[in-house]
Amino acid sequence: MAVDTAPMPPADQPAAPTPPGDPDAWGTRPTQTPVAIRVPPRADNPGRRDDAARDEPIAPSRGRLDIEGLDASYGSFRALRDIDLGIRPRAVTAIIGPSGCGKSTFLRTLNRMHELVPGATVKGSIRLDDVDIYGPEVDPVRLRRVIGMVFQRPNPFPTMSIYDNVAAGLLLTGRRPRAALDEVVEHSLRRAALWDEVKGKLHQNGTSLSGGQQQRLCIARALAVGPEVVLMDEPASALDPVATLRIEELIAELKETYTIVIVTHNMQQAARVSDRTAFFTMGDDRAGYVVEVDDTSRIFTNPRERLTEDYVSGRFG
Amino acid sequence: MTALAGRAPAADGGIASLLVRSSSDRRRTWFDRFYRGLAGVAAVLCVVPLIAIVVFVAIKGAGGLNLDLLTKPTRALGLGGGAAAAILGSLQMVPLAALIGTPVGVLAGLYTVEFGGRRSANVIRFAADVLVGIPSILVGIFAFTLFVLPFHQFNALAGSLALAIIIIPVVMRTTEESLRLVPTSLREASLALGVPVWRTALSVVLRTGLSGVLGGVMLAFARAAGETAPLIFTALGNQLINVGNLGRPMDALPLFIFVNARQPYAAQNSQAWGAALLLLLFVLVVNVLVRGRSLRHRAR
Amino acid sequence: MLTAGAAIAIVALLIGIALRLATASAPTWQQFGPGFLTGTSWDVVNGVYGALPFIVGTIASSLLALLVAVPIGVFSAIFLAELAPGWLAIPLTFLVELLAAIPSVVVGLWGVFVLSPFLRDTVEAWFVDHLGFIPIFAGPAFGIGLFSAAVVLAIMILPTIVSIAREVIIAVPHSQREAMLALGATRAETIGRAVLPLARSGIIGAVILGLGRALGETMAVTMVIGNKDAVPTRLFDQAQTIASKIATTFNEAQVGIQVDSLIALGLTLLGITLGLNVIARLLVRRTAGQAAGLVTG
Repeated sequence: MAVDTAPMPPADQPAAPTPPGDPDAWGTRPTQTPVAIRVPPRADNPGRRDDAARDEPIAPSRGRLDIEGLDASYGSFRALRDIDLGIRPRAVTAIIGPSGCGKSTFLRTLNRMHELVPGATVKGSIRLDDVDIYGPEVDPVRLRRVIGMVFQRPNPFPTMSIYDNVAAGLLLTGRRPRAALDEVVEHSLRRAALWDEVKGKLHQNGTSLSGGQQQRLCIARALAVGPEVVLMDEPASALDPVATLRIEELIAELKETYTIVIVTHNMQQAARVSDRTAFFTMGDDRAGYVVEVDDTSRIFTNPRERLTEDYVSGRFG
Repeated sequence: MTALAGRAPAADGGIASLLVRSSSDRRRTWFDRFYRGLAGVAAVLCVVPLIAIVVFVAIKGAGGLNLDLLTKPTRALGLGGGAAAAILGSLQMVPLAALIGTPVGVLAGLYTVEFGGRRSANVIRFAADVLVGIPSILVGIFAFTLFVLPFHQFNALAGSLALAIIIIPVVMRTTEESLRLVPTSLREASLALGVPVWRTALSVVLRTGLSGVLGGVMLAFARAAGETAPLIFTALGNQLINVGNLGRPMDALPLFIFVNARQPYAAQNSQAWGAALLLLLFVLVVNVLVRGRSLRHRAR
Repeated sequence: MLTAGAAIAIVALLIGIALRLATASAPTWQQFGPGFLTGTSWDVVNGVYGALPFIVGTIASSLLALLVAVPIGVFSAIFLAELAPGWLAIPLTFLVELLAAIPSVVVGLWGVFVLSPFLRDTVEAWFVDHLGFIPIFAGPAFGIGLFSAAVVLAIMILPTIVSIAREVIIAVPHSQREAMLALGATRAETIGRAVLPLARSGIIGAVILGLGRALGETMAVTMVIGNKDAVPTRLFDQAQTIASKIATTFNEAQVGIQVDSLIALGLTLLGITLGLNVIARLLVRRTAGQAAGLVTG
């Protein structure tokens, strides 16, 4: 394995300009160090469905998610069964499937929000760049900065201004000089394609924006803490078509910097926006499982599984 | 670089270090635990007085609870006696107050939910809420000026009326809340069948919400049983047993407790504890029965 | 209709009580004017009636009670609404609400014979020993007095504050918590930065309602406050509230200016509690509306 020899700063050093890996680095993304990685196929489980991702010859390694044997339950009810999936970095992976098959649950296992539900449990492994995110040394609070989430209904903080909304995540780790905050807020709003529309009214309340703008505000808020992965749970389903289109355009831009996993019930959207698609469905035991995962073009034109073909062509029952 | 269990550090040192706690994180974690601990302690502190009061009333009350307490009338100056006058007085005045106050409260609640327009319902609800918040001693003064002063005679009826005034807004609000829970579809079904509005209100809505309404009435009853201030200048209290004569002063359990607690004689104080045990038992039983039922519903 | 009559009766009662107290106390207002409220001496023999000691006693005991009850109450509400698991939250909430059902006179009895001696020997003794050089904490401390009255009042208003604050916190939409948590916040940060700001006006309403209850509380305070008709200057002084003054002297009072003045005291109390009540209700209602607007908007 090639090794990056950049020196590691001590973990408790205050927020200096961003060497890679500083936990308190703020919104500007740490400089990418593309690294040639070849991950050898795992000897202990041949025939995994998602070998395609693993045999990727050269790709930046940061922001890659590997899910193996994932079970997720709410108490005694198993919602997800034996999920194997690889999420490619710097790409958009869409999760499609009928309602109730655990797509949102799956998303929430990725940023450890699932376990916040009383009685919810997780089995199996999820690795972010070879780090088991459920490992004992991993802080879930920290993880959620690295894996961010945007929700179905825009949920800006109503008591805060636009500026404060974007800065909310940053302010969690302590006070920062005003100028630096200004920079991050502007940078994040630009990244979310919202800056031009709000730059004159940053002090106004977050809820004074339209639905589509509010959602982009939430995206900016999530980006401000500098994640590697952005999870989106049906981000446009509460928006009108014009706003939806803008969100989709935004996603196409964002994927150059972030790994994106998007749950959507809208197949056309999945086809437009994603590079790879995973099709989930619900088994007889009411637990969700992955039927097929492949390049988006393949899934929608020539899927391997019958179930997939039925779903994408609208056949049911 | 922290060694992660079983794995070599990630190649470019990136993600792994982002996931591990830094010093500012330790502070945040500490604050989080402290905050949550504080909240837990506060909640426990809330329950301590309840337990302390119940335990002490039980212990000291048991010491004062005897046959004498229940059967003998009051004797002054620590010469023994009991709370018979007070018990009998409460047994008369409180049910009478409930008899007067409950219909008014229920009907008013019914009006607000079923017949009232938006505007009037708001006004009445507001008035009831404010009435509930009026200190009960002021209700006592009000009753005094109306029912005692003109006759220059303290009397039990005035006491009952004062208690009724306290009961009315409480019952009105609980009735309203219970009836609001009745699904609109029931009303609509009944009206669609041609049942007149008032009949629908009585036979359908009231009957469906009856358990909630009755629960509210019982809680108000228990509250009235424990009220002292409104009785001080109406029923006044009486050392003699008074059964049936509403035109004369009458004793009541809370009055008995109040008076005997302030006496310098231990025997009197002991009787106060005994009476307090009786009163507390009654009030708690009613409350646990009524509220416990909705608790089981909530838990489900 | 019958029900309409009942409904009108309620409004009539409210207006009637206010009017009756006003007219019955008119002679006092005519004689003393607003000076009634600032007079420091309640002298039956010489016919001088001043309400200041009782106003101060009422406000002081209630504010002190708030000082104790609000932090405990709000944190308890946070625990019950946000942090406690269901099997703990439900019975605990029930128990806190049960505290409100205990009759005031029973709390007073317990307060006189159990709480006051306890406070005298522990908290009050500590204050006098360690901080007694500060005049407000100076002894002697007998247990019975302003401080004990404040503690008793705090116990009585806790359930009010806890139950309303709890409901208001629960009403905050879950999406707000999720948004904060997804940014990498701890539970405490989520509560402090996302939940409480939205619950704020409702919590203030709860506090004001608690204050209103404390101001009007009669029996427990009467038994524990010491019944001294003077403006309290020390924390451990004996004092008198409006309600306790009325409760202890009304029956022996002579019909005439004395009774009228006591009624005037009552009217003063009514004015204060009514005003607070109205403000509090409006605040609580506004919070519920705000939360509802969020969910739909």
